[in-house]
Amino acid sequence: MPQILLPAMSPTMEEGTLAKWLVAVGDVVKPGDVIAEIETDKATMELEADDGGTVVALMVAAGAEGVKVGTPIITIAGEDEAVPAAQPTRASTSLGMSEVIHAPLQPAQIAHAEPVEARPAITTPETATGPTRRQTVREALRDAMAEEMRADATVFVMGEEVAEYQGAYKVTQGLLDEFGDKRVIDTPITEYGFAGLGTGAAMGGLKPIVEFMTFNFAMQAIDHIINSAAKTLYMSGGQMRCPIVFRGPNGAAARVGAQHSQNYGPWYASVPGLIVIAPYDAADAKGLLKAAIRSPDPVVFLENELLYGQSFDVPEAEHVVPIGKARICRAGSHVTLVSYSIGVGVALQAAATLAAEGIEAEVIDLRTLRPLDKATVLASLKKTNRLVVVEEGWPTCSIASEIIAICMEDGFDDLDAPVLRVTNVDVPLPYAANLEKAALVKADDVVTAARRVCYR
Amino acid sequence: MTNLARSTGRKAATPPAVPNWPRPDEPQRFVATREQLIDMYRQMVLIRRFEERAGQLYGMGQIGGFCHLYIGQEAVVVGMQAELVRGDSIITGYRDHGHMLACGIDAGAVMAELTGRAAGISHGKGGSMHMFSVEHGFYGGHGIVAAQVPLGAGLGFAHKYKGDGHIAVTYFGDGAANQGQVYEAFNMAELWKLPVIFIIENNQYAMGTSVNRASSEDQLYRRGESFRVPGMQVDGMDVLAVRGAAKTAVDWVRAGNGPVLMEMKTYRYRGHSMSDPAKYRSREEVQAMREKSDPIEGLKKTILDGGFAEEADLKAIDRAVRDEVAAAADFALEAPEPALSELYTDVLLGTY
Repeated sequence: MPQILLPAMSPTMEEGTLAKWLVAVGDVVKPGDVIAEIETDKATMELEADDGGTVVALMVAAGAEGVKVGTPIITIAGEDEAVPAAQPTRASTSLGMSEVIHAPLQPAQIAHAEPVEARPAITTPETATGPTRRQTVREALRDAMAEEMRADATVFVMGEEVAEYQGAYKVTQGLLDEFGDKRVIDTPITEYGFAGLGTGAAMGGLKPIVEFMTFNFAMQAIDHIINSAAKTLYMSGGQMRCPIVFRGPNGAAARVGAQHSQNYGPWYASVPGLIVIAPYDAADAKGLLKAAIRSPDPVVFLENELLYGQSFDVPEAEHVVPIGKARICRAGSHVTLVSYSIGVGVALQAAATLAAEGIEAEVIDLRTLRPLDKATVLASLKKTNRLVVVEEGWPTCSIASEIIAICMEDGFDDLDAPVLRVTNVDVPLPYAANLEKAALVKADDVVTAARRVCYR
Repeated sequence: MTNLARSTGRKAATPPAVPNWPRPDEPQRFVATREQLIDMYRQMVLIRRFEERAGQLYGMGQIGGFCHLYIGQEAVVVGMQAELVRGDSIITGYRDHGHMLACGIDAGAVMAELTGRAAGISHGKGGSMHMFSVEHGFYGGHGIVAAQVPLGAGLGFAHKYKGDGHIAVTYFGDGAANQGQVYEAFNMAELWKLPVIFIIENNQYAMGTSVNRASSEDQLYRRGESFRVPGMQVDGMDVLAVRGAAKTAVDWVRAGNGPVLMEMKTYRYRGHSMSDPAKYRSREEVQAMREKSDPIEGLKKTILDGGFAEEADLKAIDRAVRDEVAAAADFALEAPEPALSELYTDVLLGTY
């Protein structure tokens, strides 16, 4: 009996919500009929039937959340098949199907048949005390914007699909409803133009949040970020402010290839006049985005698509994280692992492996790439005398290069081993699943590097 | 009074098929009072003398880097500024000295910026191309060709967002008019009915490339039509024509009708920058323009022929302006350079 499995409807979708069934048991469907609405991590999508037949069973109840990709959700008997007696809807079923029918997928979605490596959600120490609640990074970012927009009428958000579509990655979900189209503004696809327009609005006294659908597209706008936003205060002798936040996902996503997978952290971090932030967990995402919006300076706020759906504990109370302060996510005495953004998850994973071998790694999340918190890095180096930098990005002229230079210049006497960098491979990111996996930074490589600097 | 190629505005050009969306009326040449005439004359002479002096200081090695003079184009900014009010925003490219003077910014502070002194309006950290005065609504002074166009649209966005009734004016050249971001800005400005006046100061040469060699549509006032931004072509060598058009454009934009594009047909007498030998045009061409179309001489004739003032009155203005510019130059040469500690200030406002 042909079953339809919950399809991955975006490159990073791992689970979804079965928002609504549009068919009932016993209904006859034609090919192309919409049978259900599925809420993904990005949007609500309609699921269509590939082949016609009679609905025999709905295996997942409407409203069910967290349905994993690949879970059978409906059974449709083909026109030639005997239709058994109707079965009640149930939450799950065995996988002993005779035939599997995948719902129609776009090519990019098919690419995600194998889900991205699930990164464990790690509860990090040193988060603020007090009551917390579990939130995704996506929700935390949204809340940060909403809270700051409530507090300051000059804050507005603009970008492609931020309003009516509710955000290409759903980060701005609900903002249009609350704040209206004056403050949540859909732009044409015109990155250079709207980055410039936003920068001009900041010069004119507003506090824009400019969303790039991804930072790859901000290459079109980088002139305004650097030449117009970052340099104005200096060139005007301190007269002209430019309080603006450029935000959006940065770095590799999942199987989207070279032009959509790049970490711009090192690019922006090299520019005086910019603040560059790249948070890892949801609490930092919220606290740092709030700080970024309040900052009187231009901020490049680098998010990560693969982290959007991950959940962490976020303080319920007002939560603003200071810019320019790194965080020790895990204390250790044998080796220091320095990272930021999604690399922190890789470092924490490596630290867990190393702990089993008796190597206690200290993991530092830089959180802000400019200004860089040298003091926290050097203090940890003084303690462990060994350091590895973990970066989801290219090795050359990277944040890793910068950390190594800092360790050489200011921590030379504390070094018992050369500082190593574990990064992506120095090639454009390939598409093929095996090549992509080989190109991206991996916890195993971090473990190997840590052993090397510990001479183990 | 001018013989610029196609300078007589829309009457001379083949009339475009007028689209059926609303547009401002045909501008009328401004009818000025004596005070208005004298004031515009004084401002244009101030810009002319200031720029001549800047050119001399550049030649003496007192001004470094790039220095783009506005000589010949004075009528454009003077005619435009006369129709703006305090609180409106203006922004331009790197040929910005004249705009600053027309905004009422102190000539000494501008000249001291050119000489790289602490008393310069950017404390010596900006230079000729990067000057700002938020107090005077002057938002630069931008060195990247056409960057000021979306920035200016953003200033207009801020006015609309705040609902303060003010408008933004963004000046750019015929060279900048070929940058893609100009059209991104036109699109958003019209889409969102932003209170912005886009002004193309068409001085006929983008550095050394004439408009005809660089622009498939060389009637630049039409460049906004596919975005439904109404365009008008103005004799930019006639300050009264500019002011009349400015009035029409300002009224239209301030009323909430969205942006307007003005093409000002003008001419720069000097090279693109001080280091430009200007081999791409003949001496005769420049000379003919100076003799037949000079904006200051033109206004002077209007004033004298109309009996608004005597030759002696204008000479007195000329003298006063010369003294003002001489004082500005002296100030700029005597003022100290910025303290070395200034190197590290104004990078960020916040403390992190």
